[in-house]
Amino acid sequence: MAVVETRGLTKVFKEGQLGAVNNVDLVTREGEFLVFLGPSGSGKTTLLRMIAGLEQPTAGEILIGGNVVNHLSPRERRIAMVFQSYALYPHLSVYNNIAFPLKAQKIKKELHREKVEWASSLLGIGGLLDRKPRELSGGERQRVALARAIVREPTVFLLDEPLSNLDAKLRASAREDLEQFHKRIGTTTIYVTHDQVEAMAMGDRIVVLHQGFVRQIGTPKEVYDDPADTFVATFLGSPPMNLLESDDVVVGFRPEHFLPADRLREGSRIPLRFRVTYLEFLGAERILYGSLAGSRFEEKEVLSRLPAAVSEAFQVASVYDFGVASESLRFFDRQSEKRTQPKAIAWQ
Amino acid sequence: MLGHWSVIVAFSVVLAFPFYWMLITTFKQTSDLYDITNNPFIFNARPTLEHLRLLFGETLYLRWVGNTALAGALVVFITLLLALPAAYALARLTGNWGQRLGIAIFLTYLVPPTLLFIPLSRVISLLGLQDTIWSVVVVYPSFTIPFSTWLLMGFFKSIPKELEDAAMVDGLTRFGAFVKLVIPISVSGILTVVIFAFTLVTQEFVYALTFIAPEAHQMVGVGVPTFLVRGDVYYWGSLMAACLITSLPIALVYNLFLDRFIAGFTVGAVK
Ligand SMILES: Nc1ncnc2c1ncn2[C@@H]1O[C@H](COP(=O)(O)OP(=O)(O)O)[C@@H](O)[C@H]1O
Ligand SMILES: [Mg+2]
Repeated sequence: MAVVETRGLTKVFKEGQLGAVNNVDLVTREGEFLVFLGPSGSGKTTLLRMIAGLEQPTAGEILIGGNVVNHLSPRERRIAMVFQSYALYPHLSVYNNIAFPLKAQKIKKELHREKVEWASSLLGIGGLLDRKPRELSGGERQRVALARAIVREPTVFLLDEPLSNLDAKLRASAREDLEQFHKRIGTTTIYVTHDQVEAMAMGDRIVVLHQGFVRQIGTPKEVYDDPADTFVATFLGSPPMNLLESDDVVVGFRPEHFLPADRLREGSRIPLRFRVTYLEFLGAERILYGSLAGSRFEEKEVLSRLPAAVSEAFQVASVYDFGVASESLRFFDRQSEKRTQPKAIAWQ
Repeated sequence: MLGHWSVIVAFSVVLAFPFYWMLITTFKQTSDLYDITNNPFIFNARPTLEHLRLLFGETLYLRWVGNTALAGALVVFITLLLALPAAYALARLTGNWGQRLGIAIFLTYLVPPTLLFIPLSRVISLLGLQDTIWSVVVVYPSFTIPFSTWLLMGFFKSIPKELEDAAMVDGLTRFGAFVKLVIPISVSGILTVVIFAFTLVTQEFVYALTFIAPEAHQMVGVGVPTFLVRGDVYYWGSLMAACLITSLPIALVYNLFLDRFIAGFTVGAVK
């Protein structure tokens, strides 16, 4: 097991253009499950590939277990990587796919069968060893890819969107399997995803990336409750945080904090009139789409997310008394989009 | 269904007919062959082994077949040795230039031997290789390599880069990944190159005719027509026997690997 660290890590593919990864500093913790989260094209894969040694950084350093590994080839870094496509070797059986790293690293032949059996039974694919990759379902392929990754007992695990090829149902169970699996082997893991639900559910900490920059590093609770900037605020959470611009600040509040006024404590609540324009019933909750009415934020679009416990009926095109608790407000600088101190702003 | 079968039958007849014709002519008496009142599709007189005796007894046919097989094997070896790394480099490492260079290399394949044999014969005599099979072993790769490189490029491009990345993370060097992963995955393409290069060697005529004079060093494609057509006398029976014996093994190999062969030629096309 080992700690991965990057210092000022940068990758510029075409000179003169903005880098795919820019000046990334981060340190994993021992045995941590760290998630890289960002929209497509934000540099997650590039960052992971640099850590793996498959991409040469333009600037900066990568350390694994305290040693700079920039000059080391992928095979010398003793890491394991699961690719988005799984990259199973199509001409080899499952057994030989899993044994491939053992052969490549010239581990004694007598140990192969034992290790392959250990890895495959850990992932519940002991019965598939004679098949070829094309004869496997998506979920089975993912397990084979994982088995191939663990069989050499790596110091670090890198996983690039391993669940994105699975259908929604399988994804939920595979997510749980992965978490269980990480608990059992306890190897430092870096997990890439563009799916915030996955990131929140699995990550010990989340690194939010946007255009190659780290926007925030924190626990799921930190990045959700205290986003470092408006990008993080709107990227995490579904539906995203409501943002209202007022002079030089942007004030934000989550849809689940925008509630009927009588649900909020009198003293701390900020009353807002809410004109409902559209209503979605999702079973456990309702999403109300609409705009503010009769304040200086007239016509600003906002969302409200009501748990099933709120049973009042709402009519489209009607105006209701809503509000936000003042402690639920988050403030951002309008220029830099960064988080700032709470400010008193004029609501009416 | 009926249409399906009639197409299959029609093609089978068309394709099998030359073999039937070679076979029957091989064993026909010359008088039977030349009598235009006879039905040409059957034996009108007793079959004979005379033509085979002439072929094996009075020409160096077996020697020529051996020369061709040896030259073919050497050319295939040289072709693979150079085309595999060239194609891999062009497919993987040179970005946009790879494709353009690949096409440029392919274009050289289109320059006909009839243009090249005069300058090349100078080269061969400078190297002192005239009248030996080494002359063709040196020259044939000039057209097998461009085509093979181009074909293999298509193959390597169809292999996802992530597979090699995975192999390198799993503990191989880039060269190791090429040898232990890329080549095994590309067997169809390599097989296609082997068969294709070998066939080109057996059928090439211009270089073999101009570079090699002595009977003992001939390629089969030149030796047979040169020594079995004497003046205006065609030894049809022996000619057909020679063609049949030379082409059967190649036809069999083609059929054995037909699926892979088709995959080899279409892999670049659908990507
Ligand atoms: N090999 C490459 N050559 C040029 N640009 C690349 C290359 N790989 C990635 N990029 C660019 O770098 C950016 C980040 O890509 P990537 O790391 O794949 O993002 P993500 O994995 O977050 O979707 C994208 O704009 C992408 O187009
Ligand atoms: Mg990616």
